[in-house]
Amino acid sequence: MADHQPLPAAAGSLPDRAGAGLKPEHYRAILAEQPDIGWFELHPENYMGAGRGAGGPPQYYLERIRALYPLSFHGVGLSIGSTGRLSRDHLQRLKGLMAQYQPEQFSEHLAWSSHGSAYMNDLLPLPYNQATLQLVAAHVDEAQDYLGRRMLIENPSTYATFSCSEMGEIDFLAELARRTGCGLLLDINNAYVCAHNHGFDPASYIDAFPAEWVSEIHIAGHAMIDDGIEASGIAGQLLVDTHDRPACATVWSLFRRFIRRAGPRPALIEWDNAIPAWPALHAEATRADRMMAQNHAMHCLAE
Amino acid sequence: MSAYSDLTLLQQQFTAALLAPSTQIPAAIAPTDEAKRQKRFNVYRNNMHAGLVAALGARYPVILRLVGDEFFQAMALAFIRQEPPTSPILAEYGAHFARFLETFEPTADLPYLPDMARLEWLRHLAYHAPDSPIAAIAELASLAPEKLGEIRLHLHPAASHLASDYPVLTIWQTNTHDATVQPISADRPGETTLITRPKLDVLLCPLPIGAGIFITALAEGETMSQAAASALADAASFDLAKTLAALFDAGAISHIQPD
Repeated sequence: MADHQPLPAAAGSLPDRAGAGLKPEHYRAILAEQPDIGWFELHPENYMGAGRGAGGPPQYYLERIRALYPLSFHGVGLSIGSTGRLSRDHLQRLKGLMAQYQPEQFSEHLAWSSHGSAYMNDLLPLPYNQATLQLVAAHVDEAQDYLGRRMLIENPSTYATFSCSEMGEIDFLAELARRTGCGLLLDINNAYVCAHNHGFDPASYIDAFPAEWVSEIHIAGHAMIDDGIEASGIAGQLLVDTHDRPACATVWSLFRRFIRRAGPRPALIEWDNAIPAWPALHAEATRADRMMAQNHAMHCLAE
Repeated sequence: MSAYSDLTLLQQQFTAALLAPSTQIPAAIAPTDEAKRQKRFNVYRNNMHAGLVAALGARYPVILRLVGDEFFQAMALAFIRQEPPTSPILAEYGAHFARFLETFEPTADLPYLPDMARLEWLRHLAYHAPDSPIAAIAELASLAPEKLGEIRLHLHPAASHLASDYPVLTIWQTNTHDATVQPISADRPGETTLITRPKLDVLLCPLPIGAGIFITALAEGETMSQAAASALADAASFDLAKTLAALFDAGAISHIQPD
């Protein structure tokens, strides 16, 4: 496999601004207000119909919103970490939808979600070792070849680790990018959730993440659940990536920490459950934009 | 595949433990204490099941209201265990819920439930169906009367119908629109419902007697007169004019093909 260098941002890439997840609940408000926001992201799987072709409200609204804003496709169904073959049907549907809507960016997850004929509707964890790296790199190569474009791979939220892991997540992702030329999507909340659940320092993770490959950031909220009694006798807490509330203060400060080092990036407010009214979601995006603008102003002052 | 045999085994064990709660969780999940391993694995079980139960609840809102949240959750979990998704597209999940309900013992006293599931699934399909223009009934008037019998009426891709022995449309309407569900008498006759989506909104409307046979015949490519004859053979009181008015009004016909 060839060594790749980070590709420069292509023409027609997402702007280095905040975006929001596109939700059917907000279609009408977005078209009526045409809010000042950098871009929208959607799960392509939600625009593939229900098995007999695709039309109706999802296509109607997406066509109109696409005419006004840049788009990112954030896939949840490719199951790139499964040892089974990538679904040709799914790649074909993705390619068709990309031809129709011409999204500026496409990303997927470092995870698997299918085994045999079963799809688990969740992003499941992988052990980080040479065999997994070889498998995921081969699948990323195959997907990028088939789709004729670069994709981004996102660091996952995990709740379990594996005794057969031999390398850290960052080393795994950096090597994957080097081997395949894929970009990386840094989900700040996922990094924070993993740091808490597996006991490492989130700031060190953010500082070590290979910024030159990062073409998108995600910012999201999480929930805290009981994790049983620790050896110390203290009740443990587990963080679960729920996307159902605003990001916590620590996630925002980790976001600021990353853009201070790396500069601005397309930054998504990811909110998929208990979806708020449009103004509340837009306010979160405005907050991310403001942080990136302040950071830029400070850089200019320093020079 | 042999290069990935360890990972394949892990994914196979992980999948089995997700789908059947009594199965042991994979040994490769890093050993902290056993209680913690179970707790951590249960996050994945819960994520998978909560997501699928929510998807089924959104797809089958009237069934959810009829049986209540707690019962629906248990029923949905039984369905998921029996039939996990086989597609990465969540909108394709739940097609066989009606068939599952036919043999689901705890709801045997609600015999109309499978047909209600069929109606809600057809609504879901209509929402996502491909777009198409719709034909107006006035176009029939422009055709020579002697040609009328030989035309073919093409159904809109979002159009379908459900013939039920139960008053499912009436039950659907009161459970969808009324804060307090209206009582429905047990001897109320069965209903045939037309499901369409001429523009953005899915519409449900009642169809007259014999119209279901007529639509099925049209879908199979019969001419209008052949389809009317099929409907009349089944129901002597079939009324072609009334049926055509209902179909065109609801946007069920996408175009008229002269012989």
